[in-house]
Amino acid sequence: MARRSAPEINAGSMADIAFLLLIFFLVTTTIEKDKGIARQLPPKQEDQPEDVIIKQKNLFIVNINKHDQLLVEEELADLKDLRQAAIDFIDNGGAPSGTVDYCNFCKGKRSPESSDNPEKAVISVQNDRLTSYKMYIAVQNELVAAYNFLRDREYMRLYPNRRASFTEMKKAIDEGDITGAQADKIQEELQAVQDLIPLKLSEAEPKKSGL
Amino acid sequence: MSKFKKKKSGDLPPISTASLPDIVFMLLFFFMVVTVLRDSNLLVQQKLPKGDQVEKLKKDRSVFIYAGKPGAGYEKYGKEAKIQIGDKFTDVSNIRFALEELRRKLRPELQDKVMVALKVDEETNTGLVTDVKQELRDLNLLKLIYITTPGNQLDN
Repeated sequence: MARRSAPEINAGSMADIAFLLLIFFLVTTTIEKDKGIARQLPPKQEDQPEDVIIKQKNLFIVNINKHDQLLVEEELADLKDLRQAAIDFIDNGGAPSGTVDYCNFCKGKRSPESSDNPEKAVISVQNDRLTSYKMYIAVQNELVAAYNFLRDREYMRLYPNRRASFTEMKKAIDEGDITGAQADKIQEELQAVQDLIPLKLSEAEPKKSGL
Repeated sequence: MSKFKKKKSGDLPPISTASLPDIVFMLLFFFMVVTVLRDSNLLVQQKLPKGDQVEKLKKDRSVFIYAGKPGAGYEKYGKEAKIQIGDKFTDVSNIRFALEELRRKLRPELQDKVMVALKVDEETNTGLVTDVKQELRDLNLLKLIYITTPGNQLDN
């Protein structure tokens, strides 16, 4: 009985096979990181509330027509100027000093024609049904950028020892880089700045197209 | 002196590659685990608008609504922008049922904190998005997020 031992299988090509599979998975992997502009919709109200009267000077109207053209405060404007225009409007601080509405941190022109303080300032976006989504998002993005700019500025002014801006801190909290008591404290600070400069974007129901 | 002479002078011992497959397998398993094969087959075109003032989406508590023109291979559904939820096209009036179905798949403790993620093609008309938003208000799903791609519209 010639009992031969089984020949050893050559495992040299195992690495090649594994590499092949590895490369396949490397190529097909899309680590999805969805990011976007978050928004809170106004709740549906059964009974129509009384009309809240907002003074004309506290209202910043952005109109987008069906050809994606911008009308900011009844003047034709470019998308690239929108951010600065919004910052100027929110940061104006038009209420005279000594009144309750006086804004002690605003650095704007303090023009009596524009908003009283960031808390009173409302930005209203009106768009046509045929406005492209691309333009709509671009406008939303610019307006959020204006708010973020001011919130960054105020955060750095109020909490200079953090050595970070509002958006950086918010991101760190969201991603879980900061945890525990430290996170709670920062969360409070962020909330304070948010209350100081609340995001007040109103969206009118779009008008019928073609007009 | 001959006592200390090396037996094999000169040739280096070959590096053992026996553990190479192990290393590669380890990497392979890592990628296999993190790979998420798309759970819903996209029927619509998806070129998302750009944005840079973004927040991160919390995936465990979100439901997706896709909208856009029917994508490549689905031209037979027409050229008008459509809404897709889950695996199929949905009408505006049917959003509530489709969303409810998706919501039930989430973890029970997160079902009240649902966030609706809107993935809408940039060529879509805002009218459709408005209709969806009205419907969401009716359903009392008030948190939404417009998914964007990194970048800024002004740069191009």
